Amino acid sequence: MPVFVPASLEEAFAVLEGAPGAQLLAGGTDFMVEVNAGQRRPATVVALGAVPELKGWRLDGDEVVLGAGLTYTEMISPELAELVPGLAQAARTVGSPQIRNAGTLGGNIATASPAGDTLPMLMALGATMTLGRSDGGRRAVGLDELVVGPKRTTLQPGEVLLEVRVRAGAGRQEFLKVGTRNAMVIAVASAAVVVDFERRSVRVALGSVGPVVIRAEEVEREAAKLIDWDARRLVGPLEGSGDFGELVRTAARPIDDHRSTAAYRRHAAGVCVTRAFRRAFSSEESTAP
Amino acid sequence: MTNTTSVPELLSYTLNVNGRDHQVSDAELGENLLFVLRERLGLRGSKNACEQGECGSCSVLVDGRLECSCTMLAAAATGRQIVTVEGLTPSGDGLSEVQEAFVAEGAVQCGFCTPGLIVSVSDLLDRLPLATELEIREAISGNLCRCTGYGRIIAAVQAAQHARSAREALR
Repeated sequence: MPVFVPASLEEAFAVLEGAPGAQLLAGGTDFMVEVNAGQRRPATVVALGAVPELKGWRLDGDEVVLGAGLTYTEMISPELAELVPGLAQAARTVGSPQIRNAGTLGGNIATASPAGDTLPMLMALGATMTLGRSDGGRRAVGLDELVVGPKRTTLQPGEVLLEVRVRAGAGRQEFLKVGTRNAMVIAVASAAVVVDFERRSVRVALGSVGPVVIRAEEVEREAAKLIDWDARRLVGPLEGSGDFGELVRTAARPIDDHRSTAAYRRHAAGVCVTRAFRRAFSSEESTAP
Repeated sequence: MTNTTSVPELLSYTLNVNGRDHQVSDAELGENLLFVLRERLGLRGSKNACEQGECGSCSVLVDGRLECSCTMLAAAATGRQIVTVEGLTPSGDGLSEVQEAFVAEGAVQCGFCTPGLIVSVSDLLDRLPLATELEIREAISGNLCRCTGYGRIIAAVQAAQHARSAREALR
């Protein structure tokens, strides 16, 4: 039962060539909980924490390239929050300072929890994930192609999630999450909304209300009709007391479990989406981070 | 694979804790850092409660970053600089400024959460010496206390801030 701590991506791939079924380890905040509880006994672990190519972020033209090893704390940093504010909002709702220092973007994606906090925003941003293999092969996939079920991804043995690409400063971005307290809470329901004034597009994604993140396209279509793009404001019922509740409740596919009921999740998701839209069109800056 | 650290079955590896290298021998792969610190290295300041990263009583600094040692794979922590609550305490019987403040403000009742809080608060005051109450609350949001109550803990953090600024004013 060996543990490998490669010091470069090349070395990580070299290890995986000999042990393609090895467990990849990022921040450990999900994986080690299962190991500690005796639910998982990995035979071989490749810890990616010392691979420099996976760390940090950079700008590439009008895209932000986020390393798979980017921590939640780094996502909240002012420089990055300026470029991808919605991701910073989502990251700040994750766990505690301890968890945000350890947990990573790549880990959140590969763990593929229906409650993964960055996933709705990545979906709403239309993020692209780059996966790499030891033979140098690379493929780029969208979130819906990568995360296909609760804790199920299309990552192949020996394949490593390398980076995530999103457009820099893509309009107003809002993330809302419902849980029992502000810290250390797994989402009961969440929503991400991106209103891109430049491209005149709206994207809405729901978290924790289905086996995977749900893109609410019906909500997007209806919302687009309620936007005065030139004036950058909402028109029609949303100006007053109208909401997207019914459309969101229809789009959601939640379950009852120990954290909440399906009925409450549907309701909460509707409130989150409506509130996110109001914030996106409010002149005030977002409250978080 | 020149620089890849490879750790075979029944692992033996080196951990750097509080500035010293410690040899860990015949360990099992799944052991978390908290277990190794307490049971193999005899450093029992870090406490074990939830083993899920929820309670913060096992908080340590890893390469200067505050993390839960229970959700860190010990064997993967080779090559990192680990600082435990023992490493924040002056040698001998002395207490750190933060520890003194916790005692003075009555921020210790059963004491179980205290070591984790000492590590979190020390980390906060090193990064943000003038942290506001809101920043203090967010900084300790991953440290659960079930008996002292957070009022006295926050008062202790603020007392430590005052002690620190008074000390620096004297320099």
